[in-house]
Amino acid sequence: METTFTVSVFTENSIGILNRITIIFTRRHLNIDSITASESEVKGVFRYTIVLRTHREQIDKVVGQIEKLIDVVKVFVHEDQDVVHQEIALYKIKSGRLTNGDVEKVIRENHARILTVDPQFMVIEKTGHVAETQQLFEKLKPHGILEFARSGRVAITKPMKELSTYLKELEQ
Amino acid sequence: MNSTKITGAQAVLEALVAEEVNTIFGYPGGAIMPIYDALYDYADSVNHILVRHEQGAIHAAQGYARVSGKTGVVFATSGPGATNLITGLADALIDSTPVVCITGQVASHLLGTDAFQETDVIGISMPVTKWNCQVTKASEIPAAVAKAFYIAQSGRPGPVLIDITKDAQFEMMAFQYEKCTQIRSYQPKPELPIPAIEAASIVLNQAKKPLMLIGQGIMLSNAENELLQFAEKSGIPVASTLLGLGAFPNNHPLYVGFLGMHGDYAPNIKTNECDVLLAVGMRFDDRVTGDVSRYAKQASVIHIDIDASELNKIIKADVAVHADAKQALEKLTALVTKKEHLAWLQEFAAAKAMELYTLANTKKIMPSDELKMDEVVALLSELTQGEAVIVTDVGQHQMMAARYYQYNQTKSNVTSGGLGTMGFALPAAIGAKLGAPDKQVIAIIGDGGFQMTLQELGTILQSKMAVKIVILNNKFLGMVRQWQQLFFEKRYSFTEMVSPDFVALAKSYSIEAQKVEERTALKASLEQMLNHEGAYLLEVAVAKEENVFPMVPTGASVSEIRLV
Repeated sequence: METTFTVSVFTENSIGILNRITIIFTRRHLNIDSITASESEVKGVFRYTIVLRTHREQIDKVVGQIEKLIDVVKVFVHEDQDVVHQEIALYKIKSGRLTNGDVEKVIRENHARILTVDPQFMVIEKTGHVAETQQLFEKLKPHGILEFARSGRVAITKPMKELSTYLKELEQ
Repeated sequence: MNSTKITGAQAVLEALVAEEVNTIFGYPGGAIMPIYDALYDYADSVNHILVRHEQGAIHAAQGYARVSGKTGVVFATSGPGATNLITGLADALIDSTPVVCITGQVASHLLGTDAFQETDVIGISMPVTKWNCQVTKASEIPAAVAKAFYIAQSGRPGPVLIDITKDAQFEMMAFQYEKCTQIRSYQPKPELPIPAIEAASIVLNQAKKPLMLIGQGIMLSNAENELLQFAEKSGIPVASTLLGLGAFPNNHPLYVGFLGMHGDYAPNIKTNECDVLLAVGMRFDDRVTGDVSRYAKQASVIHIDIDASELNKIIKADVAVHADAKQALEKLTALVTKKEHLAWLQEFAAAKAMELYTLANTKKIMPSDELKMDEVVALLSELTQGEAVIVTDVGQHQMMAARYYQYNQTKSNVTSGGLGTMGFALPAAIGAKLGAPDKQVIAIIGDGGFQMTLQELGTILQSKMAVKIVILNNKFLGMVRQWQQLFFEKRYSFTEMVSPDFVALAKSYSIEAQKVEERTALKASLEQMLNHEGAYLLEVAVAKEENVFPMVPTGASVSEIRLV
């Protein structure tokens, strides 16, 4: 059965590491749903959060191959119940729409916030799970969405060992 | 040396000397010219072999590494020079061969501009290297080379590539070299997992019908002696994968044969009858397992490998041991009880006798018949007492060489296993001869594979390599033809080969050569080849439509191995 997995990859800061990771998915004909990357709590160590749907057996093999990469420090794979995850979505709609009471209601009800208002447009921000950002998208759609962007998932894992402890163990 | 400045190109050479490199296979070109210019001054300490194609360079480096246990080194230029290495990189990666490739690259300010002979070598080689990196500053060269050698030869070995821009080769730098011994994110040598080894020993001590499968991992961890001691104490029969041949003496009473698609009857059948399957330094390739859903289902599987990603990849292990084969076998030997499995071994002997009887009957040779591949290999084995280094290409001749040569020496079997690269043998034999100069190195090649890299006859000529070449010429791409016969209704689609006069060809390269067609002349021809001082090419005209049997057809279980 296909399940959604969150793969957290911790890497050294080396050129091409993203490519090295993604070709492992490509080779197995796996499509990545979302990927985010930025520096982790340890300076110089980067965290990639990759979300995809596949089988447990397949993801375990993929993780094995990613861990084998020289510049990869550690890989963790989790199902949704083991991660606290969020994504951020930005919606650009025409400024004029703000005077429409419906938009205000939608923003309130969805706990979204207005980031900026320009004479021509305004930008609304919503953080949450994909289902929530998607729900707001559907509600704003009738008002005309000029532009829409979502970040992809960032996730904190529940059972994971602290990265810095793990790094210390490695260096011993 | 510390205070004086040298060029990046000289730094490459100094770093290689620090890694005790004395042999390099390569081909010069624009973007690597500064390194070749520096090489000019190292003629006393470094033997550079000028090949005829970069693919030849990397296969030669692979052959060198496989017989010597040292890391093979390759120089190539940017663009086409580097892309010509790709097949060899893929081959070395799947067959765990330590190779360091150094490629020239266009000057750093030209990167990404489609400059002459510029190609994204890092991008192209990423999936086929254990590690690669691009160097754009001379000061980065020593650390990159040190890291490359450390990664190539540690853990599960593999190929690495360093791409050095031309400006970095010219740039001046203060040279200082320090060998790499640790990388934070890379743990090549796992700590011996004592609980797993103990669990394995308990399973083994209770086994009534254990079978051990060995792979190249035995040789890569230099565990030949530990294997011998373990086998002799535990009394467990030993079967080998293609790349494992030679790791355990083939004339040892506990040796029960070659595994897989064209392997021996006994170890294939017994895989599905044993109660414990102990696999060491092998990766359950599909050519070994056949249908995995019907593979050793009755057995407790113990899998020892240094590459954690190989454990539970194909075959679920009841006891997975992430360890170096040498350490694991040493510990396991101490924990197993001394046993003899005579009745069980007798079952292997009976199965072998059955195979020999069936093959002898189906292959009965009349004196007037054309020569057969197996008899050529068997005679060669006898004449060399199983002591030669045998280098093979890919196809029927490769399987015949695996089946009928008796490998009694470790690191004496060099072949392209995982990738199945035709054209591998001739250049690999050149490298093997340099890696084992005191040994008789014999390349056994088909007429098809030989023509994929025959340009390397020029390397043999120029570098005076005493390589012996046996071409088993059946005028077909034999293995594909065999499959066409068995599975495609004999529709021989483009497998018939018209070849040049191989003897005349060899002679044009000043290589002594002859062709043999008669059974009565075979022995004398082989002896003449073996006794010849320099390189020698012997073309053997063999039967056109001979098949390799036994065979586990694709999708079949190992217990469905066909003898005819």
